[in-house]
Amino acid sequence: MTGEIGQLALCLALALSFVMAVSGIAGSRSGAASAQAVASGAASGLLVFIGLAFGALTYASIVSDFSLLNVAQNSHTLKPLIYKISGVWGNHEGSMLLWVLVLAIYSAAIAWSRRGGERLTSAALGVQGILAVAFLLFILFTSNPFVRLDPAPFEGAGLNPLLQDFGLAVHPPMLYAGYVGLSAAFAYAAAALITKERDWVRAARPFMLTAWIALTLGIALGSWWAYYELGWGGFWFWDPVENASLMPWLVATALLHSALATERTGAFRSWTLLLAIAAFSLSLIGTFLVRSGVLSSVHSFANDPERGVFILAMIVGAIGGALALFAWRAPSLEGGASFEPASRETALLLNNVFLAAAAATVFVGTLYPLALDAMTGTKISVGPPYFAITFAPIFIVLLILVPFGPRLAWRKGDLSVSLRILAPALGIALVTAVAILAFTAPRTLVGAGAFAVAAWLIVSSFIDLRARGFKVIQASALASALAHAGLGVTLIGVAGTTLWRTDALEVLGPGETMNIAGYTLRFDGVKAAHGPNYDADRATVTVLSGGQTIAVMHPEKRIFPAEGQDTVETAIRTTIVSDLYLALGDQREKGRWILRAYVNPLAPLIWLGALVMALGGVAALWSRLRVVRPVSAAVPAPAE
Amino acid sequence: MTPKQRRRIAFAGALILASAGAAALVLTALKDNVLYFYSPSDVQTKHVQPGVAFRIGGLVAPHSVHHGDNAGVTFTVTDGAAAIPVSYHGVLPALFREGQGVVALGALSDTGTFAATEVLAKHDEKYMPPEVVDALKRSGRWKEGAQ
Repeated sequence: MTGEIGQLALCLALALSFVMAVSGIAGSRSGAASAQAVASGAASGLLVFIGLAFGALTYASIVSDFSLLNVAQNSHTLKPLIYKISGVWGNHEGSMLLWVLVLAIYSAAIAWSRRGGERLTSAALGVQGILAVAFLLFILFTSNPFVRLDPAPFEGAGLNPLLQDFGLAVHPPMLYAGYVGLSAAFAYAAAALITKERDWVRAARPFMLTAWIALTLGIALGSWWAYYELGWGGFWFWDPVENASLMPWLVATALLHSALATERTGAFRSWTLLLAIAAFSLSLIGTFLVRSGVLSSVHSFANDPERGVFILAMIVGAIGGALALFAWRAPSLEGGASFEPASRETALLLNNVFLAAAAATVFVGTLYPLALDAMTGTKISVGPPYFAITFAPIFIVLLILVPFGPRLAWRKGDLSVSLRILAPALGIALVTAVAILAFTAPRTLVGAGAFAVAAWLIVSSFIDLRARGFKVIQASALASALAHAGLGVTLIGVAGTTLWRTDALEVLGPGETMNIAGYTLRFDGVKAAHGPNYDADRATVTVLSGGQTIAVMHPEKRIFPAEGQDTVETAIRTTIVSDLYLALGDQREKGRWILRAYVNPLAPLIWLGALVMALGGVAALWSRLRVVRPVSAAVPAPAE
Repeated sequence: MTPKQRRRIAFAGALILASAGAAALVLTALKDNVLYFYSPSDVQTKHVQPGVAFRIGGLVAPHSVHHGDNAGVTFTVTDGAAAIPVSYHGVLPALFREGQGVVALGALSDTGTFAATEVLAKHDEKYMPPEVVDALKRSGRWKEGAQ
């Protein structure tokens, strides 16, 4: 029954999204109150029916209803409940259903908040409706999760064990909240072009912020998962799938900043529209890369060229349609005040230029190998060295410029005053660089530079807050301080882990020891262990420092019989300042195992920094939803 | 020149400068930091020089995996038409198995052995790295290799 309910709900949702598209666009003309009301109602209905379909699939997965092909292929009776639920979006069909569910949630939020007035809301709902139609057709025709299997098998095939993990249970919904959140920004931008409404940025801002927060957390979660689950000790591999989420993040960050200027002074009006279109286009491209199977990557579990062509058509339609609309209507939205070379606007402009350039280098590095393969058949891959040469320098220059932004006034700022206020941060940054050169081994100029930039970012965020007066901290000032300081924290983690990591690899028998970075690791043997749906070889490793036992760690190798796969379960002991990271390798001779150990200095700061950035986003969102905006500001106005 | 025009010129100028800079970086990086993917047959026909880093992919030949001392391992990568010996020091991925697809990163040594710095088996039981599938197809061994 659940399958039929889900199928029916999806069909009804398709009909409703069609109604929403048509009535939404019709309601974008003034005085079309009834069409506007229909579009809003359709948005609520869409959420109900897609929620119902999603609930049906989740229920089928929980009760192990293997008469559904999707459940039979991706679930197993012995799988723990949390992974039965997260398994719903751990496969292609379910994840596309999650995608439209998130789309429906954002559509309902647009309909209920009615930000920017009736006409803008209606047009935005129309655009969301068109997207919903496209995605629902995609699901129903190429990726239907409710296809029946007859006869139903007694047992399912199970879920890829790498995905049976808490971090990866939460990662996709977070990432989708980000990707699809950008659809709301896109919808408002297109709606602004349709209705010629200049004030769309203010209406769209909470959606941009929500999307950005979710994307930040989603990327951080994915990177954290890769770190502890893949057993290579790394946190970012410049894998195309990772890049696919990084590109929208870079452009969404540019959009948040550009939109500030557009909202405040009317500057960069066209550019902000273009960024909103670009950010969502990159989300679609990310979906295409991951879901079409064009990549040789751990994420491309399901692949089917038909799906790829469908998504490609959607990308072309969305980008082409939006750009055509832009070319047609953008000139009528022109206008905006002028500004001096030393001003908040210039700072935001540089921010955008550098973010766009950084995104472009990632884009080329990700798509050039695919294009080359498609055109010449030559297979190449572009690895970390490419990104170290292209992305890193651009991003470092951007980071150096960041602290000036919040200190410069709108329209006409004073660079020398800003520099004077920020001088202590510059001093601390230089001291940091000297200290790093003096006290760390191996000595690296890059490391000293990275720590100096991080100190510069963190201290100047603090100075910015203090200069505004701690007593009445505005949420928006707190937002920029947190987001910028978070960048510094992440930079410390990245630099520490990349430049000062140590690793060791040895074959150990019971009682034998190995040394790494001041720790002595004593291998105390391997015992069999059993989980709900796996068997494990569980090692015991005693960690000694200065003759004292400081920890006992248990790296594991797990074997999942249902799926016929092994996973490496790392053991990590963290002190925030450094991670001791153990991964168990193969058994060599009887009782002798390979043990791989890493010491990753400052690694936790990578994700802590992302959390701080996201908190900055939350502060900005809070200031938006709570505070009535000031009309003018004599002091340097707070950034977000 | 009106302030608006000045602003536009500044904006366009900055954008052009940045994209020129980014393009220069990208081109330099692409020239020196691209890794080619070769099947064992490619390695033989293209006469890849020792010391040049590339990725090799194919199937781990049955009965070819030998463990040496202290986490050293040797195995053979084959696409059915040609075979290249590989040496590696480190932990093999959990999915590494004889008869399964594998991609390794490294360079040929003077003796013709591929010295791998990284071994990837980024696939599950149902999934093969696309490069490996392609290499097997080109050597005409796709069907038997897959099963």
